[in-house]
Amino acid sequence: MKSPSPEEPRRGFLIASINGLMGLITAALALPSAGYLLGGSKAKRPADWVPAGDLAKLEENVPEQIVFERVRRDGWKTVKEKASAWMVKTSDKEVVAFSPVCTHLGCAVSWDTSAKTFACPCHTSSFGTDGKVLAGPAPRSLDRFAVKMDGSTILLGEIRQADKA
Amino acid sequence: MLNKVRAWVEDRTGLESGINHFLNEDIPASSGWHQVFGSMALFMFLVQVFTGIMMALNYAPTTAEAHSSLRYILTELTAGRLMRGLHHWGASMMICIVVLHMLQVFLWGAYKKPREATWMLGVVLLLLTLGFGLTGYLLPWDNRAYWGTVVTTQIAAKAPMMGPYILTLLGSEDGQIGSVTFARFYAAHVLILPAVTALLIFLHVYLVRRHGVAPAPVETAPPIKFYPRQVFKDTVAIFGMFALLFVLAVAVRVPLGKLADPNDVSYIPRPEWYFLFLFQILKYFEGPLEIVGSMILPGLAVLLLFLTPFIDRGKAIALRQRTGAIGVLLLALIGWGGLTAAALSTTPHRDPWKGFTAEEMAAIGTFRQSDCWKCHATTPGESRTGPNLADIAVLRDRDWLVKHFKDASGEAGKAVKDLQWRRLATFLPKLDDENVESLHRAPQTMVAGAMVYQQNNCGACHVINGAGMKSGPPLNGVAKRWDRKWMEEHFIDPESKSPGTIMPAYKFSPADMTAMLDYMMSLTD
Repeated sequence: MKSPSPEEPRRGFLIASINGLMGLITAALALPSAGYLLGGSKAKRPADWVPAGDLAKLEENVPEQIVFERVRRDGWKTVKEKASAWMVKTSDKEVVAFSPVCTHLGCAVSWDTSAKTFACPCHTSSFGTDGKVLAGPAPRSLDRFAVKMDGSTILLGEIRQADKA
Repeated sequence: MLNKVRAWVEDRTGLESGINHFLNEDIPASSGWHQVFGSMALFMFLVQVFTGIMMALNYAPTTAEAHSSLRYILTELTAGRLMRGLHHWGASMMICIVVLHMLQVFLWGAYKKPREATWMLGVVLLLLTLGFGLTGYLLPWDNRAYWGTVVTTQIAAKAPMMGPYILTLLGSEDGQIGSVTFARFYAAHVLILPAVTALLIFLHVYLVRRHGVAPAPVETAPPIKFYPRQVFKDTVAIFGMFALLFVLAVAVRVPLGKLADPNDVSYIPRPEWYFLFLFQILKYFEGPLEIVGSMILPGLAVLLLFLTPFIDRGKAIALRQRTGAIGVLLLALIGWGGLTAAALSTTPHRDPWKGFTAEEMAAIGTFRQSDCWKCHATTPGESRTGPNLADIAVLRDRDWLVKHFKDASGEAGKAVKDLQWRRLATFLPKLDDENVESLHRAPQTMVAGAMVYQQNNCGACHVINGAGMKSGPPLNGVAKRWDRKWMEEHFIDPESKSPGTIMPAYKFSPADMTAMLDYMMSLTD
């Protein structure tokens, strides 16, 4: 955008002003836009505790998929939806609830009764009953739900990342 | 390295020489501040495209979700209000700039031969800009949007012979505004209009280049280059306009009203300010003459505008030699201004709390009595310890709110105010930008009256604003039927005023009586 024009003495000032003012406008639009697109929703709320099955009905160390209903904020909507967890009863009073989502790329894992592992159908990751990675590209153990007991009813809360495998 | 890339791009695309060619156009030495409006209009279009895309990234264009997704943009996203503010005020500003641009071209006689086609394209661009305003108006899907568009489509429906077809084209075959109309307006707003407008802007600018910037009647100095002197002036003007727009978007909140409600007869529809003159003109033509105001006059005006270069064929450019043209322009401006002013002066002001039911008014009373306002501000932008109820949507459900009220007021475990808490919890999530300030602006005496009304269960027999039972007379407009003294005596001894009535006597305390009477007398139809 340079072209010599000697008859214009303030040329440098004019060009600097044009670029400066346009830069300011660009910044005034770009910065809020970054916040708008990257800031996420301000109305974060912790997941409610939702009942998901009866501990008494589970068999120790036999993983079972429990389907439960939860309420989730989906953008501008609040949706009631079905979700599931793989429950492994570890003792009379304790249960571990794994998220059924493979930590590699998000496919749904299921219990392979013959191999006794949680197997991912996508890239053949597999996990033990403790959630640890046994094979495949998964970077960390299966994620776990926070668990609370109400009598023998299992209550599930937030999903938390387990340590890296 | 960079120079090599630059040379390669220039060799393969001619980008740099193209830009240089564009910037180094010769323009008359008389060019200056009066010619900044075209660039400003183009810039406004780009701002609208940008903010429009930003909104579209979080907006669901269906009647079911448009309102809630816009509410999400406004209350839950960083800079969401800014984006909408820029887009909303940008629309008004763009209309202003386009009109200023046309005024300048008219006053300088720049539409004359050989620039007739440039002018006519400009008129079409003006209509497209108005089309953006008209279609965008519906997209928030609140009462304002809904009722404004009802009027628009009904005007179109009255076109002779074409009416039903236009209505079908607008997706309103049965005269109702719904999903189809919404989809058509949205598609027009984001697909058809932007594409057509961009194309016509391109042609318009092409014609400006073809004929060159219009010179003054007498050019004494040799031509200058467009860049940087004129570009500098354009940029300063654009910056000033953008700064004003930004301040407007931050400082003046654009309300999102109640979700569109076809049954809300209390809503008073008004179009956007730049359509008010058309709205007003309809009041002067009744019956079979209506079409004169709705079609013939606006049609003639557009035709006149479009054909201006052929009507005014005089060669004179200087202002003093064109008294006729200036006279017509002044008449048009006075006509437009007068109609707009008349429409503005007849726009009734309605306090939002006048539409609340007694239960809702009493909920405001609970809010005040329980000192909720000590933690929660109800004016936009104000900050207190708790969330500002005007800035953030109340998303919690009723049970959560009731528990919060009990915890916050130290009444956990007690059941004394359960009913009041539940009413407040029902009321708060219904508040929106247009009425949230009622929490502090509704007159206390009316609020107190509504609380007395609730305590005495008056709603078991009477209706206020659509809520209550109908065994007694409705109370809206009761002030037109009886005066204050009559009402007071009627409360104390109903039988003395209306023999045979089933209404029991009420012995209110003096304060309660005053509040009750104030409330009754304030109820409008």
